[in-house]
Amino acid sequence: MTGERLLLSGDDAVALAALHAGVRLGTGYPGTPSTEILETFDRLGGQAQWSPNEKVALEVGLGSAFAGARTLVTMKHVGLNVAADPLFTAAYTDILGGLIVVSADDPGMASSQNEQDNRHYARAAALPMLEPIDSQQAYDFTWLGFEISERWKIPVILRVTTRVCHAKTIVRPRATAQSSPQPSFQRDVPARVMIPAYAKPAHQRLRQKLADIAAWNEAEGPVRLDAGDSKLGIVATGISAVHAREAAPEASQLTLGLTYPLPLERIRTFAAGVERLLVIEEGDPVLVDSLRAAGIPAEGKPEMYRFGELNVARVRRILAGDTSPEPAPPKGKPPELCQGCSHRGVFEVLRDLNCIVAGDIGCYTLGVLPPFSAMDTCVCMGASIGVGLGMRHVLPEEQARRVVSVIGDSTFVHSGITGLAEMVYNPPSTGHLVLILDNGTTAMTGQQEHPGTGRLLDHSPTGKISFEALGRAMGIQNVHVVSSQDKEQSLRDLITGLLAKSETSLVVTRQPCVLAAPKIRFYEKAATGQTTPDSCAADVVD
Amino acid sequence: MKVKNVVIAGLGGQGVLKASDILADAAFRAGFDVKKSELHGMSQRGGSVSSDVRYGDAVLSPMVPPGEADVLVVLEATQVEINRPTLRAGGVLIGPDLLDPEAFKNKKSLNVALLGAASTILEIPEEDWLAAMRANLAEKLHKLNEQSFATGRAAALARSSAT
Ligand SMILES: Cc1ncc(C[n+]2csc(CCOP(=O)(O)OP(=O)(O)O)c2C)c(N)n1
Ligand code: SF4
Repeated sequence: MTGERLLLSGDDAVALAALHAGVRLGTGYPGTPSTEILETFDRLGGQAQWSPNEKVALEVGLGSAFAGARTLVTMKHVGLNVAADPLFTAAYTDILGGLIVVSADDPGMASSQNEQDNRHYARAAALPMLEPIDSQQAYDFTWLGFEISERWKIPVILRVTTRVCHAKTIVRPRATAQSSPQPSFQRDVPARVMIPAYAKPAHQRLRQKLADIAAWNEAEGPVRLDAGDSKLGIVATGISAVHAREAAPEASQLTLGLTYPLPLERIRTFAAGVERLLVIEEGDPVLVDSLRAAGIPAEGKPEMYRFGELNVARVRRILAGDTSPEPAPPKGKPPELCQGCSHRGVFEVLRDLNCIVAGDIGCYTLGVLPPFSAMDTCVCMGASIGVGLGMRHVLPEEQARRVVSVIGDSTFVHSGITGLAEMVYNPPSTGHLVLILDNGTTAMTGQQEHPGTGRLLDHSPTGKISFEALGRAMGIQNVHVVSSQDKEQSLRDLITGLLAKSETSLVVTRQPCVLAAPKIRFYEKAATGQTTPDSCAADVVD
Repeated sequence: MKVKNVVIAGLGGQGVLKASDILADAAFRAGFDVKKSELHGMSQRGGSVSSDVRYGDAVLSPMVPPGEADVLVVLEATQVEINRPTLRAGGVLIGPDLLDPEAFKNKKSLNVALLGAASTILEIPEEDWLAAMRANLAEKLHKLNEQSFATGRAAALARSSAT
């Protein structure tokens, strides 16, 4: 395989490296731009599975790493918020098998609700962070991440961004897939049981690990120096590094790979050799602040470039100190719910009934746009239920009775179940209504399975959670299922009736996503052995 | 070779990403350094989509800077104006009007037909185009797409000899 040349996306490169490095388990929850990593890992023959959410994915991954297996956990940037609780204490523990947590950030919000900069997490949780500039480095840093992780028994964050995940660039993979450590349980209570008595020394150990990793980064970490003109020195990381090389090919440039803990002395030496030191980084001024805190005089970018992603043109403007207004990006045609989408009928009803809609995240968030204009809030996955309940508690009764929480099936499993518990436990005096839009898939991110579909990541059958049975078991007073056979009028009547009651209600609308329906039928047939062996799911849609 | 910048644009569902995959793969097979980038996500629901492909001796940024595209391929007439600013002065626009809608009935392979047109000005050998198409399309679609590619190529050649 040496010397073989491949054209791969960053996501596929991470998956290939995981396979070559002997990863035994890949876990995650879908989220653009990270989703393809596990899908590709599965296709290449790795064991990959979707968890109900990122917190669970990280916990499963941590258990696997404790047991000595090389493990990959993937999520988008906001997923790391959900997984932050295990992340921060996992940092204190000693892991046995290498553990990489992929944080796929989305500067510019191509497909996200915010553009948070997860470089802050490395500092906050005290975990090493690697930031590749392209698919080759995505491949190499996955390997390197496992090496660092196992050497210092510490989880490593691999931070990629949209333009690394989804850009295809050339990769030359390594020679051989080495054999990875055999899982075997080794008891090590002080390193894994974080009660205060063990956590206090563990915190000290963590800081020592970081100091050792910083020393390694100074001596032999992945830093690339492009020697050039001494007038301008650029320090850059991630995708910004290639924009900077293109915008200022004559400059000297230091491109950092392990961006936390930083090789500050290498940067200081580089800074001493140039007249002007400029930090080119996307998002928040994380790197420039670190350099300044270390007493390295560095220039950052003007505030306007904190927003959105960087590109060659914007880097040129930063180099020139240009803060004049940027040309507005051309307004393209916005996306809309597909024709025949099952969400359409629901939002027509909510619009016509003048509901106050606490919304959630998924394809159905497009219900906010005309002709529906039927969504009033959308914050993070699962928030629809809590936000709806909060409004019900305080609004005047006439308004409170119009509040409805709307959540997709994948989002419900991800973080809606605790919301239902809240509804049963603290019911508003007017009651409340939660609608689960069950279209049988995670449509938004490209039709992934989840625990409510009854199929695994590779679409083979497994256990299935029944939302209506769950709702009844939790003690919700009215639980209804509306299927695709039912007319829109019956949904309208049902919702009208439930809003008039002062009780807790759950309505599951069940109709498959039109894009996924042919594939779902195919998987169902495959499960009962009704398909020909050579047919494939890709053939059922054009 | 100096880096060649190509932008392919259209609406979700038209095969913009498939076309850029084929182009990037063809350039890759021809031995160039290649980078390709686009924004996924909301594209499947009919919104505007565009994809950048850059190839040459050494490519740095994966995104074509505004005003630096050598070739702009647009699959949908309504998307021409919003994408025009990516073209450099003297760059070539290849739009859907190249093909007579009466004669070219197979809308599903418009993406490949316009690649055929672009192939007349992109220095990638024909065998690499064909191999890239075969590698990126289901087998049952090969014949039709090869025909569409040839149709687009012929239309572009006819137009350039006419002007
Ligand atoms: C914490 C977090 N993880 C992942 C995502 C990405 N994401 C947005 S919506 C969504 C699920 C959508 O599925 P579903 O609720 O079934 O609605 P559908 O798109 O099918 O209508 C995902 C995975 C996110 N925004 N936040
Ligand atoms: S992909 Fe499915 S859920 Fe999303 S808009 Fe289209 S039909 Fe609706």
